[in-house]
Amino acid sequence: MKAKHLIPLAAFACLMALLIFGLINAKNVTIVPSALIGKPVPEFSLATVMDENKILSSSDLKGQAYLLNVWASWCSACRVEHPLFLEIAKSGTIPIYGLNTKDVPQDGDPPGQDKRFNAKRFLTLLGNPYVASGYDENGRVGIDFGVYGAPETFVIDKEGIIRYKHVGPITGDVWVKNFAPLIEEIQG
Amino acid sequence: MRNWVLLFSLLFCLSFSIQAKEAVPTAEDPVIEQRMIDMAADMRCLKCQNESLASSHAPFAIDLRQQIREMMQDGMTNQEIEDFFVQRFGDFILYNPPLKPQNYLLWGGPFILLILGFILVFNALKKRRAADVVEISAEDHRRAKELLDDGEHKQ
Repeated sequence: MKAKHLIPLAAFACLMALLIFGLINAKNVTIVPSALIGKPVPEFSLATVMDENKILSSSDLKGQAYLLNVWASWCSACRVEHPLFLEIAKSGTIPIYGLNTKDVPQDGDPPGQDKRFNAKRFLTLLGNPYVASGYDENGRVGIDFGVYGAPETFVIDKEGIIRYKHVGPITGDVWVKNFAPLIEEIQG
Repeated sequence: MRNWVLLFSLLFCLSFSIQAKEAVPTAEDPVIEQRMIDMAADMRCLKCQNESLASSHAPFAIDLRQQIREMMQDGMTNQEIEDFFVQRFGDFILYNPPLKPQNYLLWGGPFILLILGFILVFNALKKRRAADVVEISAEDHRRAKELLDDGEHKQ
């Protein structure tokens, strides 16, 4: 048998190796990188969750570095990262603001409640790490931030530029690797 | 008596309308609805990536469809709406990504492979044709003539 006849087999083996490599090293394709990194924070102005007469707006937040966390009481993964936020808030590392997304009354809620009932209860029961949370009832501010799920967390610097976005709950590991160094950099 | 029947039938009808769940918001304008669906069919639902925005039932897709409708009602062009979503979600939201230096390979790759294939086939055919050509020597001619002549003698 001539070596020439082995070429198709070798080519096939290469292709298989490539595909297997791709499968094993596949990045999580459900995580879409943000198109807003390096861009200024979209303008927004929302009434807060805890006090509907108070307004949280992007212009109020200028001049400080902060985290913006997209959360909702219906979001189970938000409960996973919640204790970490409480810890960060307590340590005073960086102020955390909330964007409460589409937290509207659900089927089976007691009737006649305030529409913020679920969001308020979440913060009352689990603790409130947020300086303030904007109540984004229809998710439109979320769309301006390119949010496609909860939780998502943005790191915003003093110039109001979005520096980083994390999709999904922040674990201790993610915090140490991706957040802590960046926060140190932008706080400095 | 007749009034009572009327009243009851009226109440009966009312009870139905009360029971009905809140309707999903749709455009009153079928032209806009069609335009929206055509556009959403070319956009990816980021929450459920194998579905288009037009076909997905995910709340994310429903919200974006509603926003597209409203933007169309406000008189925005398809291009303006597309730009709005690309600014926020990136090219990934489009099923037809634009031609950019970052994805030249994506667009050009298939054509490069096609040309490579043509070259391979062409070379293989050329080799085969070269192999098919058989040299006929003087000896072959002589033998052929002999055989033909032989046939003539027998007749």
